[in-house]
Amino acid sequence: MTTPLTPVLSAFWDADRSWTLETYEKHGGYAALRKALAMPASDVLNTVKDSAIRGRGGAGFPAGLKWSFMSPPDGGPRYLVVNADESEPGTCKDIPLMLANPHALIEGAAISQYAMGSDHAFIYLRGEVVHVYRRLLRAVEEATAAGYLGTDVLGTGITLRVTPHAGAGAYICGEETALLDSLEGRRGQPRLKPPFPGAAGLYARPTSVNNVETIASVPGIILEGSDWFKSMGTEKSTGFGIFSLSGHVTNPGQFEAPLGITMRELIDLAGGIRKGHRIKFWTPGGSSTPIFTEAHLDIPLDFDSVAAAGSMLGTRALQVFDETVSVVRAVSRWTDFYAHESCGKCTPCREGTYWLKQIMERLEHGQGLPGDIEKLDDICSNILGRSFCALGDAATSPIASAIKYFREEFEAGMHTPAATLFPPAASVLFDAKEAATA
Amino acid sequence: MAGTNASGHLHVDPESKAPYDAETLATLRADAEIVIARYPQSRSALLPLLHLVQSVDGYVSGRGIKFCAEMLGLTTADVSGVATFYTQFKRHENGRYTVGVCTNTLCAVMGGDAIWDAVSAHLGIGHDETTADGMITLERVECNAACDYAPVVMANWEFMDNQTPASTIQLVEDLRAGKDVAPTRGAAKVCSFTEVSRVLAGFHDGRADEGVGAGPATLLGLKIAKERGWAAPSSAPAPGAEDSSADRPGGLKGKEAAQ
Repeated sequence: MTTPLTPVLSAFWDADRSWTLETYEKHGGYAALRKALAMPASDVLNTVKDSAIRGRGGAGFPAGLKWSFMSPPDGGPRYLVVNADESEPGTCKDIPLMLANPHALIEGAAISQYAMGSDHAFIYLRGEVVHVYRRLLRAVEEATAAGYLGTDVLGTGITLRVTPHAGAGAYICGEETALLDSLEGRRGQPRLKPPFPGAAGLYARPTSVNNVETIASVPGIILEGSDWFKSMGTEKSTGFGIFSLSGHVTNPGQFEAPLGITMRELIDLAGGIRKGHRIKFWTPGGSSTPIFTEAHLDIPLDFDSVAAAGSMLGTRALQVFDETVSVVRAVSRWTDFYAHESCGKCTPCREGTYWLKQIMERLEHGQGLPGDIEKLDDICSNILGRSFCALGDAATSPIASAIKYFREEFEAGMHTPAATLFPPAASVLFDAKEAATA
Repeated sequence: MAGTNASGHLHVDPESKAPYDAETLATLRADAEIVIARYPQSRSALLPLLHLVQSVDGYVSGRGIKFCAEMLGLTTADVSGVATFYTQFKRHENGRYTVGVCTNTLCAVMGGDAIWDAVSAHLGIGHDETTADGMITLERVECNAACDYAPVVMANWEFMDNQTPASTIQLVEDLRAGKDVAPTRGAAKVCSFTEVSRVLAGFHDGRADEGVGAGPATLLGLKIAKERGWAAPSSAPAPGAEDSSADRPGGLKGKEAAQ
């Protein structure tokens, strides 16, 4: 039996100086690395495979399978690249994880390298979080000094290295092949696949790109076993994950729970929707996942159930908007974001987001033209599935889903500004906060 | 310096191309060698080297581009192409502090738009513009991964959580007055743009142990779990106590427990 919340990664985030090696070791840190290094690497990989952990960065591809798809060792370098470019709107789990407990990621990176026959991992951190970078640099320094990283890890003769690397501001670098190009010192633009990174990734060598939370979950899986991991979650979405509630709930925050918890349960834990209001729409996994409404509160938040309901679990970035919020305004701003972040490499995304932005902007200002909704639909269908990478597809998600559930608000955009229908002042949190601190 | 108008074009003033003095160049070269040594292939050092250039020049200068190209065996066009792709690389001299108001949807709705309007009017500058005293460069920033603390403002890439228009105006005034400002979750104080750029180049400043491990929103789930005695299954289960998932229905086990 598991409980509604299952803190594993977050279990001692509240400890004094939680980010230090001393605290991590006090809570069993690096025991999993010792255990892993005493096992054949193939057993380590198989344990992760058996756990059936699906990637925590959004796509949900089984991590162990990803590792096993890497081209077989040929004596040349192989790389683990940790995707720490957390930038998906609404997503705020990896940054607090690395701030509070960077060693979980470092230990996970060490074990994962060993499992895949690599001796060098990079952590590609978005550049806009300087204190997280400090913590990663320090954690690597501490782990190296303690013999958990280096050229002779724990006296085994095995080499495991971790290099934290700061990006410089580009959402597209969260796309794994764009990330690799960026890490190679280029503009962060996606690559044509195949070849997949498992065959030709960083420096055209076999590479696995994995999310922070995925890699940080590996020590637990090694230490406690794959059955332990599978005792949480659902059959096809095993284990636990961090659910991030933000927006119009009474108490936003991070909740580490088995996959399959519902939004209704999470909102209860967050103290409900802010007082006097009710939920209008929400994102299950960031702005790139089609929005949900009140009708979807009881859907188990696992990969398959959310997909069956027409969206994606994504990064469990649960952004909550109450009835004061104009869906047109919200979507218009997300559309600005995708247009801003489109890398320009492929035409459907570069041109499509440019047009979507203009139409959303006039709808937001009550200046929509006849046929605009149909035009949005048309442009979306010309982007979806025709873009080089998932960014273009993502740009269509909020628009298509918002039209599906709130078409009348788009129709109102032909004559009435969103700010008239939904005065923005009613949505802001300042009053509530000032009342709370008074 | 380059004009304060944000035309979006790369301004290359003659001053920007003026060579580094010998001492600066020697230090830069020594630092660059350290950065390059971290990577199997030298070009990977380009982003950190551009951060390093910003730590000296306060933006990506023409001479900085030339320096990176020389260190990595690239053309200046290659380097410019990369530098102009990323929003953190500034095309004209940055203020001592970048103050970034998140105006992506969630923060915007929770109050980010109101904060932006207030602080922009207060300073009399718009996006990517710098105050006349050279202290503050104002930016609209995209989601910075702190949505549970919305509305969020970043000060030189340190978190200022749960902001209001008044708190943000106070923030910029304190920064302009040269006062030390403590981020909500970050170092003991907000460091200067050039200092932070040096950290982003991978030279850490000894401040990792400053500040908190987590803010209250980060800890909310953990706090509730502790209050209610909820925990992940035992780390050392008795044999057979936690059976395999084979006989388990797809649903959440906790829900079964609650029923």
